[in-house]
Amino acid sequence: MSQLASTPGTAYQSLSLRLARWRRTPIFYPLIGFIVVFIAMAVINDNFLTSSNMVNLARQASIIAIIAAGMSLAILTGGIDLSVGPVMALSGTVMAGLMVAGVPPVLAIVIGLLVGAAFGAANGVFVAFAGMPPIIVTLATMGIARGLGLIYTGGYPISGLPQEFAFFGRGSLAGIEMPILIMIGVYAIGYVLLSHTATGRYLYAIGGNEEATRLSGIRVSRYKLLVYTLSGTTAAIAGLILTSRLMSGQPNAGVGFELDAIAAVVLGGAAITGGRGMILGTLVGALLLGVLNNGLNLMGVSPYLQNVIKGCIILLAIYISRKRTP
Amino acid sequence: MTPLLSLRHISKSFPGVRALHDVSLDVHAGEVHALLGENGAGKSTLMKILCGIYRQDEGKIVIDGKACDFHGYQDALEAGVGIIFQEFSLIPDLDAVDNIFLGRELRNGVGLRDRRRMEREAAKLFTRLKVSIPLDCPIAELSVADQQFIEIAKALSLNARILVLDEPTATLTPSEADHLFTIMRELRDQGVGMVFISHHMEEIFTICDRVTVMRDGEKIDDCDIESTTADDLIEKMVGRRVENIFPEHRCDADWKDVVLDIEALRLDTNSPEHSLKLHRGEILGFAGLVGSGRTELAMGLIGATRPAYARVRVEGKPVRLRHPATALEQGIGLLPESRKTQGLILPFSCRDNISLNNMTQFRGALPLIKRRQESHTAGKLMQAVRVKAPSPETPVSDLSGGNQQKVVIARWLGHQCKVLIFDEPTRGIDVGAKSEIYTLMKELTAQGVSIIMISSELPEVLGLCDRAAVFYHGRIAAELQGKDLNSQSIMHHATGGLSS
Repeated sequence: MSQLASTPGTAYQSLSLRLARWRRTPIFYPLIGFIVVFIAMAVINDNFLTSSNMVNLARQASIIAIIAAGMSLAILTGGIDLSVGPVMALSGTVMAGLMVAGVPPVLAIVIGLLVGAAFGAANGVFVAFAGMPPIIVTLATMGIARGLGLIYTGGYPISGLPQEFAFFGRGSLAGIEMPILIMIGVYAIGYVLLSHTATGRYLYAIGGNEEATRLSGIRVSRYKLLVYTLSGTTAAIAGLILTSRLMSGQPNAGVGFELDAIAAVVLGGAAITGGRGMILGTLVGALLLGVLNNGLNLMGVSPYLQNVIKGCIILLAIYISRKRTP
Repeated sequence: MTPLLSLRHISKSFPGVRALHDVSLDVHAGEVHALLGENGAGKSTLMKILCGIYRQDEGKIVIDGKACDFHGYQDALEAGVGIIFQEFSLIPDLDAVDNIFLGRELRNGVGLRDRRRMEREAAKLFTRLKVSIPLDCPIAELSVADQQFIEIAKALSLNARILVLDEPTATLTPSEADHLFTIMRELRDQGVGMVFISHHMEEIFTICDRVTVMRDGEKIDDCDIESTTADDLIEKMVGRRVENIFPEHRCDADWKDVVLDIEALRLDTNSPEHSLKLHRGEILGFAGLVGSGRTELAMGLIGATRPAYARVRVEGKPVRLRHPATALEQGIGLLPESRKTQGLILPFSCRDNISLNNMTQFRGALPLIKRRQESHTAGKLMQAVRVKAPSPETPVSDLSGGNQQKVVIARWLGHQCKVLIFDEPTRGIDVGAKSEIYTLMKELTAQGVSIIMISSELPEVLGLCDRAAVFYHGRIAAELQGKDLNSQSIMHHATGGLSS
């Protein structure tokens, strides 16, 4: 490899160089892992590679994928957001509650999304301006959000939602189911934000070296505030889909979702310490989790055993893609 | 006599780079061996191979006549090689004793840590080094010099017979460095072989017995220190004769035009009040000892730390500098002291590092970055400061210290900065790159930029600055100019008038 690289010139060598560069991108190993698991599932199950199952899989994966998009931003800046599951549930129940109380669905949805964004912004204020560690702040607000959701609903699911609200979870547009379409939209925005805007570059810079970023004249705190606000917002979008799909506001929804979202981000090749990762990697990570869930279900593997298998695969994936120290 | 350590025909390549080619180095017991070379010459790679951190592609490491095969740092330690890195490997919250015995704590009969025995052992080591360092104080509270002595003590406690000191004096004051040399002589008499890496010629002639010069991954020469001169060594290092590393002195300052007027600035409510004027095109030196408050004032000035009280004018207009971002808007930039921890985003490429605070320039009507324009501008800035890198996409972590510093400079050239504060701009970089950075600074002043240069190197202050503020214990003890700007008067004021 080194001899090739030290004397560049021919097409063959530049190809190998390109391959080497491609291998260094954070998405390389996640993509390989996804393809391997996908093929394995297709070989084991006859029912896996049907179009209806593919749609199923993508829809099931969409909620975690959307939450994980916001989580990616937090992890990229060297932080984390543990409050996403309860924030999702709270936003969903607020939407449901308002609609049942007669508020027009569109307004209810906007308010529900704002609740998520406001919770995220609160996280951001504590992290960015009060300088508190993200893991502690979001651990605390995780409890607060869950509690508020339970208080608001009295602990019971809210049902009796207007029929047109089902559109976001069960409807489809241009032949694509809404959850999948919303997921694609979230990732498209995330991709443009991270790869094509100054803001995105600052987020990588903050994760790479926060002090250097600040000293070079970037208002780090504002961008951190933005990150947590967006993470709260994506959680609320997931809440919208889930509530619409179930046609009820579930105060206990989303238990453990923060862990799945973190798993998706890390499986997607992001460094948990920040500064390294790709939003499309997170999508691959979330879909990989989706393939595992779906495939293992089709195989009739017990849910208990599924947890063990998923945990082992996460360990294996991180082992393969870890940054090797000489 | 067989050498204590013999590196034989070492070669090492990294993808795309040949780092070392057929390098040999012998170190005898009781010898201080200088390893000299510009940044990027391969010194660090060679030392990392010696310590088992990298593995050589070809060649052998022979210690006491026995060939060694190191698979990691641990193997090297066991063979008696100790290394003191530029970045220390101590745990800041632990005290000296715990640091020295970290990972191999002495235990008593029931298997618990035997603190008293470790304290005795540590005290013995410190006696051997003739230093007095408190045993139970978190090392974060100790001076850099003391931390370094603890590193040395730790290496000795591992029975190191070969000690590598990688630029140990870079962060020391002259008197601390003298103390280090005393310790090194002590160890030399005890038969320890040392490899000493430094960019300071006078140190090499003070302490070393032999010298090996490297350039571009190859050994150029080795000889006894008595049979060579500084000019000779520099010529071998850079491959050409360097007559004068400072650009011709020419004062660009317009003394009638005050760009930055610090009327009054207090960092803390009860700290001394600073006041200072900076003129257009001037290079103002901040001289003084390490820890005399120069960096603190610079940080306060750009709002990286909030001063308790500040009345500052930029071009006559009062400004409130509350954040580095507001300083940037006013055209004031800081190039921090530590490139790696405060200056660069290490995982980023050169281009991304340079465009970091220039991003808004590459936006059109939409908030999207125009990539081509970004690459183009970054490439031009890299050329302007003469960064040696294969491409703008090269990860900045692959560059030598001097080139990394140029990348940090390039970042600020994208702005129409009025004031640039260089904090120790040439620390740990080689003669050739130093000279280039000085030239760059003069080019900037010729364009009307005003510069504050914080520097602990007297020749640098004397060779480059039009004026110097000398700091002592957190206040400006004197402002020197013209005839008064000489090494005696700087040292006089920097030491509180004690040296006269």
